[in-house]
Amino acid sequence: MHIHFLDPYRDRPSLIHALDPRVKFVLTLAFVLTMALLPVGAWPIYVLMLTLSLSLTVLSELGLKYVLKRSLLALPFVLAAVPLLFTVPGPALLTLPIGSLSLTVTATGLERLLSIMFKSWVSVQVALVFAAATSFPDMLLAMRAVKLPRLIVSLFGLMWRYMFVLADEAIRLMRARSARSGAIEGLQPGGSILWRAKVTGGLAGNLFIRSLDRGERIYAAMAARGYDGEIRSFPLPPITSTSWITLLCGLILLVGLLLFALLFWA
Amino acid sequence: MHHTIEVDKLSYSYPDGHIALREASLIVAPGEKVALVGPNGAGKSTLMLHLNGILLGRGHVRVCGLDVNDKTLGKVRAAVGLVFQNPDDQLFSPTVFDDVAFGPIYQGLPEAAVRERVEAALAAVHMRDYAKRVSHHLSVGEKKRIAIATVLSMNPEILVLDEPSAGLDPRARRTLINQLRELTQTMLVSTHDLRLVHELFPRTIIMDEGRIVADGPTDRLLNDEALLHAHGLEKM
Repeated sequence: MHIHFLDPYRDRPSLIHALDPRVKFVLTLAFVLTMALLPVGAWPIYVLMLTLSLSLTVLSELGLKYVLKRSLLALPFVLAAVPLLFTVPGPALLTLPIGSLSLTVTATGLERLLSIMFKSWVSVQVALVFAAATSFPDMLLAMRAVKLPRLIVSLFGLMWRYMFVLADEAIRLMRARSARSGAIEGLQPGGSILWRAKVTGGLAGNLFIRSLDRGERIYAAMAARGYDGEIRSFPLPPITSTSWITLLCGLILLVGLLLFALLFWA
Repeated sequence: MHHTIEVDKLSYSYPDGHIALREASLIVAPGEKVALVGPNGAGKSTLMLHLNGILLGRGHVRVCGLDVNDKTLGKVRAAVGLVFQNPDDQLFSPTVFDDVAFGPIYQGLPEAAVRERVEAALAAVHMRDYAKRVSHHLSVGEKKRIAIATVLSMNPEILVLDEPSAGLDPRARRTLINQLRELTQTMLVSTHDLRLVHELFPRTIIMDEGRIVADGPTDRLLNDEALLHAHGLEKM
């Protein structure tokens, strides 16, 4: 009765899975950063980046469908960029009358919006492959390796550990609610919307209080075993020379593409 | 009225592939009080979740003459009061009153009737003075009794309780046993508390590895040392 579907990790015998997590972490960040820095409308470079991300997907053996379907997740966030259509000055494409006002879509605005959409879509693909091909403990190791503060890394670790516990708890609460959601002949079940909202609010409040209590208990259990606020861990395993070479090649490729794009499109 | 539980060749496996029930069949007659015992992971809780339609497995489940399926869920849940093992799961509202009132309000009863039901349910577990209390401040014993009241307020015909005496001190346990004795509903109770079984339940069903391995009079089953030993239980 536990949920595992939240964990994006998919075990596959692929090259990407076998890569050192530190290399994957740095290259993923570098890819997303490069994508963000590419100038607007550098379409040939965008396509090159897309082929890169698709090759990574194929290499990871996760299945194109799996990654492409989930990469659509980015689309709702792109909505925030829609006003660019109207706010960026440039040649007018069409005008939408709204009452006495009118909105003008510009070609420059449209190009910028499409660029942002494409960039976020490809970035999310790469992040997905990273998340699905790297187990969480490996990610934590990578974060430690790039000198993220240990407190933050252990916060991520604890969050990951207890997210599932909390989700299980929420599922049990909702299950208890459905178990008592009965109907009798001749009466409309369900109650008023306001009442149902209050029940849901109580449910959320309960979950919050329990999480707080659980946090206290976990801390007590840690303190009982000698925790003093300092997180200690084993030294990191050494990085092999192949990993270094992979990292270096990846970075050179990304920087090269970025420079090329800046040279011709900026 | 037929407050029966009929389960016929019920199988269920969890999404991760773990098989929890293997062709379990049982019939509980109206008014009968039956204990369900077996080691942890035997499938007791999973079986109970089917009686209320929380889980829908392969095979047939009928309660009170109703086939349990998507269309009858509302009626099934009004007829079967399911009390979860952990009272913290059962109590999700800010106050005891809200929790006990949830079932009746959901069913669409008018306010006066809801108050009456809450009053009666709390009285049945001798917790009348607790209506205004905040659930998470109660002791485990109190929570367990309130959890039973939350389904009694729906006037169920069948009570299904998951380990009602787990984690209780002797006095709280004794109070609970006396209250269970007073309740007249058809009852299926899963428990590890074999003394409770001896005291309250004339009939016992033993489960192990998702199967029903024995079903008969409590006196006979709980004195069969070989049978108990084979399924991780101990003769008292």
